[in-house]
Amino acid sequence: MRAIEKRFGAVHANQAVDLTVAAGTVHGIVGENGAGKSTLMSILYGFYQADSGRVEIEGQPARIANSHDAIALGIGMVHQHFMLVETFSALDNVMLGAEPSWFLPAARAQVRARLETLIRDTGLAVDLDKTVGDLPVGARQRLEILKALYRGARILILDEPTAVLTPRETEQLFITLRTLRERGTTILLITHKLKEIMALADAVTVMRGGAVVLDSAIADTSLDGLAQAMVGRHVHLGRAADATPVHAGAVLLRASRLQWRDALGVPRLADVSLALRAGEIVGVAGVSGNGQSELLDALAGLLVPQAGTLEIDGVCFTPTHWLRPDRARDLRIAHVPEDRQRRGLVLPFAAWESAVLGYQQRPRYDRLGWLRQPVMRGDTATMMERYDVRPRDITLRCANFSGGNQQKLVLAREAFPQPRVLLVGQPTRGVDIGAIEFIHGRLRALRDSGGAVLLVSSELDEILALADRVLVMDRGRIAGELPIEQCSVAALGRLMGGADAAQAAA
Amino acid sequence: MSQPVELPRWLDLVVLPMVNLAMAFAVSAVVLVSIGQDPVQVLVLLVKGAFGSRAGLSYTLYYATTFVFTGLAVAVAFHAGLFNIGGEGQAMMGGLGAGLMALGFAQTLPAWLLLPLMVLAAMVFGMAWAALPGALQAWRGSHIVITTIMFNFIASALLIYLLVNVIKEPGNMTPESRAFGAAAQLPGMHTMVGWIGLDWPRTPLNFSVLLALAAAVGVYGLLWRTQPGYALRAVGHAPDAAHYAGIRPRAQIVRAMALSGALAALVGINEIAGVHHRLMADFVAGAGFTGIAVSLIGRNHPLGIVLASLLFGALYQGGAELAFEIQGFSRDMVFTLQGLIVLFAGAMAQVAAPGLARIYQWLRKAPLAQASHG
Amino acid sequence: MDEVLIGTLLASTLRVATPLILCALASTLSERAGVIDLGLEGKMLATAFAAASVGALSGSLPLAVVGAIAVGLALSMLHGFACVSHRGDQVVMGMAITMTAAGLTVVLGIAWFQQGGQTPPLPDAVRLDLWFTGAAAAMAHLPLLGSIVGIGLLGHSMLVYVAFVLVGVVWWCLYRTRIGLRLRATGENPAMVDAAGVSVLGLRYLALAGNGVLCSLAGCYLVLAQNPQFIPNMTAGRGYMALAAMIFGKWHPAGALLACLLFGFLDAAAIRLQGALLPAALGGGAVPVQAIQALPYVLTVVLLAGFIGHAYAPRALGLPYVKER
Repeated sequence: MRAIEKRFGAVHANQAVDLTVAAGTVHGIVGENGAGKSTLMSILYGFYQADSGRVEIEGQPARIANSHDAIALGIGMVHQHFMLVETFSALDNVMLGAEPSWFLPAARAQVRARLETLIRDTGLAVDLDKTVGDLPVGARQRLEILKALYRGARILILDEPTAVLTPRETEQLFITLRTLRERGTTILLITHKLKEIMALADAVTVMRGGAVVLDSAIADTSLDGLAQAMVGRHVHLGRAADATPVHAGAVLLRASRLQWRDALGVPRLADVSLALRAGEIVGVAGVSGNGQSELLDALAGLLVPQAGTLEIDGVCFTPTHWLRPDRARDLRIAHVPEDRQRRGLVLPFAAWESAVLGYQQRPRYDRLGWLRQPVMRGDTATMMERYDVRPRDITLRCANFSGGNQQKLVLAREAFPQPRVLLVGQPTRGVDIGAIEFIHGRLRALRDSGGAVLLVSSELDEILALADRVLVMDRGRIAGELPIEQCSVAALGRLMGGADAAQAAA
Repeated sequence: MSQPVELPRWLDLVVLPMVNLAMAFAVSAVVLVSIGQDPVQVLVLLVKGAFGSRAGLSYTLYYATTFVFTGLAVAVAFHAGLFNIGGEGQAMMGGLGAGLMALGFAQTLPAWLLLPLMVLAAMVFGMAWAALPGALQAWRGSHIVITTIMFNFIASALLIYLLVNVIKEPGNMTPESRAFGAAAQLPGMHTMVGWIGLDWPRTPLNFSVLLALAAAVGVYGLLWRTQPGYALRAVGHAPDAAHYAGIRPRAQIVRAMALSGALAALVGINEIAGVHHRLMADFVAGAGFTGIAVSLIGRNHPLGIVLASLLFGALYQGGAELAFEIQGFSRDMVFTLQGLIVLFAGAMAQVAAPGLARIYQWLRKAPLAQASHG
Repeated sequence: MDEVLIGTLLASTLRVATPLILCALASTLSERAGVIDLGLEGKMLATAFAAASVGALSGSLPLAVVGAIAVGLALSMLHGFACVSHRGDQVVMGMAITMTAAGLTVVLGIAWFQQGGQTPPLPDAVRLDLWFTGAAAAMAHLPLLGSIVGIGLLGHSMLVYVAFVLVGVVWWCLYRTRIGLRLRATGENPAMVDAAGVSVLGLRYLALAGNGVLCSLAGCYLVLAQNPQFIPNMTAGRGYMALAAMIFGKWHPAGALLACLLFGFLDAAAIRLQGALLPAALGGGAVPVQAIQALPYVLTVVLLAGFIGHAYAPRALGLPYVKER
């Protein structure tokens, strides 16, 4: 792929990207969220068209207008979210769309024969007659790979394949991938797990901010080198050099050994413990999808873990009697959700209605069931003033505010009742630079007045600028915790890339 | 594939329904022409029949009353994100409740006590009949559209069973109860107007029309001015945000359905206590489905529903007149128009929207905002 | 045991069940592809009217059937246009079709035939044949099974047998052909079907086409086999009963068949059980016919509530497919 350019509106997803992959190798594509690697691979697989640039497959220029072109060229993709019909058998899933005959029993026989050969050759063991719904995650992934191979894929793209696998399943996957490499399949591995790249890949390309920052053979680089490239050189935004060291006060919130598995049985929270103290900002870093969202939800009362406890202000919560969002607000915990449009606001509501979302039953707004509209409107105006939400129209529907202003509105609302604990996810996503400074200032002000802030952000800059200590989450567990003074880029990068705390500190 | 388009509020709430209404009328006109009727003549006679006399107007309002109740019922459920097709059955149950109360206590209680009790009984019966499918949806995931349709049939069977086996007057062939005592009869408009010394023709129009207006105002107040209404609308618009806000979607679903059922049940008051003064089998006669049309055209807003109910009341009354005046015309034309309105205002609503948006843009020479979703 | 009674009961069951079976098959096809169809009632009415009118006006049976099929297809395609191509609400569209058909059939009926909405009775030449009448007569004389088979199974209108055959055909198409596999996948995970290079829209329209034809056969049965003419609102809720049967049959052709037979049996039995006495254990008194009439609906609700096993609808049912890119 040469000089690939792709923009989505204002987002420059791919800038002059060159990617060369040798046949029969495992090539890693590494980067944080938003680095542009998914976009690049989607262009290769035909989901998007590049704005400019060209693609060559095995030396021939290739036009990939849709996924069928890609399949015809021998490119197969295994997505993060499986594309399977759960009520069908594994065999039927592989066959769908490429059935060799209109008569199913005959088609199945033919497909079975080919698949069994394929399974023998590659070691991808899947029970073909089982219903997909009964298959564990690792088997489903093998099935997806089989699907691609069945259609003659010589180039296989895997998007974050180990995100849902147990360590054992990861090992099995690696064995499979090595076997495939020996058979001559070219494998493109999109991941942020640096250890895995070092263990498996032959060459690696690191992307950051839409551009390629490193492209080398594995032998010529190291874990540190990759971490540095992935995370980059970060400027500590607005961190005063002589900031008084923070003395954190009493523990306001303590979570112990939280565990939660999702519907597929994948552990999203694995033994997470943390404590929030008054007067500190705790940053949670790590690539998205490693449990940060689930952690926020659990602490806000939106998700009930299967094990673990939560203690707030002397009240203890267990999985059978977990926190609820309204109780959380009573305990002065505020929550700015990551998905502000689906959760933080009711988009068709006017601003003054969304401004009390979560607080609508407070006596301030609710008098014997009747909504006190003048108070609601007045408070909304105040909030909009404080956080500079534009346009200053309290009757405007939330959907008609820009993303940044929507975010400011949500923040304004959550900060308004002066909470003691503020849980906030991606606070400045989509917000303009000036407003970012302002919001950071507000978060610091909350900390200085004795509150605690739990900040989840995929922007490492932001975490480094604000946090007093940093937790890094990986695969549902806290990979490490570092006070801000010890947060070097290398250390954080390694933790985010999957190393454990001992290795990171070294 | 049509893209979701963001129309300015007033276009969305007023012009789009009118456009859809116009399309439905246009197709009806085509049908009329094809069977040899003159659409203009039909329209003129219809308006005359509906509004041209005090009796006609009264009938129009009497029909409209029933439609306001069923329309509000559909709208309330819709605001919570649910499609309540069970208005027929809930109305039947409402009538049953009112009727049982009347048959039980008409001789022993005075009107000022009995009538409110009948209203209450009707609402309780309707509430229960709707809350059950609501609970099944909320807790067992049973699709509310299917269960409410089933409950319509079950209600009909139950009502007929009770009428034939339990409530029927011995010796009477038709399945209906005996006439209620005077205390159980809602005063008709002619009676009420007579209290202040004026004269009014004797029609089915009765006190329920005031109940309907009160219900419309009440629903407006509840949905937009109270905290329970806020919670209900939040669940309907954004279930995730509602959960975030500590609102429990399941409880809201059941509450919305209960309110919806209670509103539909008031049809029983209009028909049973206000007009027929006895319990009978087919007093709902499709009003539940008309309620769907009313709610769609009225954009699920009480004001729109009142206006749409007037429209449909006029259609029903005018249609009845037309059946007398014009050879070969029957009320079924009104049912056809009703179905066409549901077609254009409901299913095809979004088909017209992009066209409308383009015309608006062209007129204003300004691009429309794309809704900032996702 | 009175074999004649069993035989007549069986015969009634089959006759009542036939339009149910055809509509339930129609609904199965469309819902398996992910499209909710609440317009069964309306389509049955409209196609019955079409068959009756065309039959009365032309005097030709084939033309009547063609007319019915044309109307059925047209309505299904309309459903597809609004809901598959344009993301209209499928529930509302189904209701619209039913409401419009209920009114329009009567309006046109009055205009064309001036008989208060009815169509003139069709002469026998235009109606469907009865099959196996000779065998029926012959069997009726045999002892024991003779009556049951002779009266119950033989001598019905051809559509009854066609309906049973169609159950097998639909089953075979859905589960033994490539198209059937893809169609079923469309109702579960249309994104996957799309990614595999198969047209989701095409499959859904195909399912709707099959749906239209099957509904028209149900309509044909009503006026070409059951009654000799169209009567306003003659379907009397059977479209919804067919929907219930499909759900009770868990979206499977064989299950739908059994459910339709059960519901048909209940209908047939209801009349006969009227006046019969309940055993003392259940309280005595007369069997309420309305209870039996309500039983199909009650059973469906109970099933949907999960109290007698689970009925899992196709995953993507009711959701318009939008390419997410």
